[in-house]
Amino acid sequence: MPPVIEVERLSRQFRVYRKHEGLVASLRSLFHREYTLVQAVREVSFRIEEGEMVGFLGPNGAGKTTTLKLLSGLIYPTSGTARVLGHIPWKRENSYRRQFSLVMGQKNQLWWDLPAQESFRLHQAIYRIPAREFERRLEELTDLLEVRRLVSQPVRELSLGERMRMELIASLLHHPRVLFLDEPTIGLDVVSQKQVQQFLKYYQQEQKITVVLTSHYMKDVEALCKRVIIIDEGEIRHDGSLGEVLDRFSRFKVLSLVFRNGVIPEGLVRYGELLQADLPYVKLKVDRERISEVLGRLLSQHEVDDITVHDRPLEDVFAEMFESHRKSKGGPGP
Amino acid sequence: MSGQADQATGLAVSDGITDPWRNDWRGAAQTAWVVFKTCLEERLVYRGDFFFSTFVRFLPIVTQIFLWYQVYQVGLDSQISSLNGYSYEDMVAYYLLAMVARAFSSMPGLAGGIALDIRDGGIKKYLLQPIDLLGYLFWHRLAHKLVYYFIAAVPFAVVFWLCGDFFPPFPPLEIWIAFWLSLLLSFLIGFLLEALLGLIGFWFLEVSSLLFVYMMLNYFLSGQMIPLDWLPGSVTMWVNWLPFKYLAFFPAAVYLQKIPSLNLWWELGVQALWVVLLLQANRLALRHGLKRYGAYGG
Repeated sequence: MPPVIEVERLSRQFRVYRKHEGLVASLRSLFHREYTLVQAVREVSFRIEEGEMVGFLGPNGAGKTTTLKLLSGLIYPTSGTARVLGHIPWKRENSYRRQFSLVMGQKNQLWWDLPAQESFRLHQAIYRIPAREFERRLEELTDLLEVRRLVSQPVRELSLGERMRMELIASLLHHPRVLFLDEPTIGLDVVSQKQVQQFLKYYQQEQKITVVLTSHYMKDVEALCKRVIIIDEGEIRHDGSLGEVLDRFSRFKVLSLVFRNGVIPEGLVRYGELLQADLPYVKLKVDRERISEVLGRLLSQHEVDDITVHDRPLEDVFAEMFESHRKSKGGPGP
Repeated sequence: MSGQADQATGLAVSDGITDPWRNDWRGAAQTAWVVFKTCLEERLVYRGDFFFSTFVRFLPIVTQIFLWYQVYQVGLDSQISSLNGYSYEDMVAYYLLAMVARAFSSMPGLAGGIALDIRDGGIKKYLLQPIDLLGYLFWHRLAHKLVYYFIAAVPFAVVFWLCGDFFPPFPPLEIWIAFWLSLLLSFLIGFLLEALLGLIGFWFLEVSSLLFVYMMLNYFLSGQMIPLDWLPGSVTMWVNWLPFKYLAFFPAAVYLQKIPSLNLWWELGVQALWVVLLLQANRLALRHGLKRYGAYGG
């Protein structure tokens, strides 16, 4: 079975106007403008199989959203090829557009002044969804996302979380086979984030649709995606499971310790970096290769009430990974 | 290759040959109807603003009639009752009919709205969905216009009733048909000209200066300011080659039977040709513009 998404050496450059600071520079720019070429995505290749849920991770400006825009046919690439469901996305054929959806957390696609219900009806007509199927799906989705009573309220009166849930419903009414999600939980509170995550997980497993998700929230990706593609400066740094990311890029583990009698023994720094010393709790960052040796020594030489070994937070691992890459290239930090 | 369906997955049907939507005119009409209906509903949300703006747009019409009255009064004092073949009554009738044509051909906010959508990324929703951007904008505008006519019908009727004596007798059926046809075509030309200006936003992002130039040209060359047959012959020759005259002057001239009957259907043909040319220009601008598009704004 061919992959649902197939990307081969895809690149996209943007020509960006460089404006220097100040009024004189603004006047000069009327006659002469400086442009620079920004390589948003460089020679990116990957494949995604049907039913996969893949997370795109990377810092701001890494090329995640540009990749999604290319895959949804919003922009043309500078070079390279891509096929989604057998279509070249930027041809924007209707037969392709009927089979995917793109949800952008920062962009409202519903009619602002009308109830979401009207936007849904419009979707029904645009995607030509048979009436019975439409009613069934709408009922199912509004129940799952707990917004049934809100569909007749103007969109502008909904909270951000409610609006995002409506956006998700609109994007799923035509039962797309591929769903692109660009920061779907951006700006949402913890409860709404969790609701959206749970819904996406359930829906993807039920319907076996292919989902590509970009997010800044590591929790989204951890909760939803088995596979992550880490992209930075337009290039893929890693394509695999989150566990592999830790194995590959995290050289450290974190030990949480509780010392008996609330006394912190001296000389702990010989085991690793002291992250926190908040009596009686202590956190130590220890080299992965030394973990069993350090555990053994701590338990034999000190009075320990409790000990736990954690992976480092993914955010820290990624930050370190991107930073070390920049340093190795001699470039500035983020 | 993109046009082939994959037997194993049943995935792609992209060349349209086996696309069940290809000849589904009923489905297309249904979509257009729902787009139209939704736009109507949206237009009716801000009732107060709509009533007020419709009322405010009538004020210049009334003041212009008084202005022409004063101009002709000066002429009467000098024993002149007509200017370039237009009596005061002809002038008021011409002006009101030109305003009717403008009610069809003016497209407030269309070009600026498209350019803004390009700049802030609002255009994405049209590109993602299986709809035609121009078709969508067309139905949206039609809804906008119909709501305007619905509200403007009363003040228009009052003004026409008050100025009823200034109009020539009811024209023959042929002229009546030609007049309505010219109004419909002026709606299409107005829509396509402004949509084209908006699509220039793919290249310039901000089109307000261009729009200002367009408005100025429109004011002078469409016959809003003065009837175009007042212009010197050498200027009229050039103006005749431009589409602006169809936006105000031409429908009014048809009604007032100032177009020789031999030329009438030929002129309507040229007007229709402008629609076809502008439609192609729009399609071309959209196709090339999208290649430049950077999908800014998130």
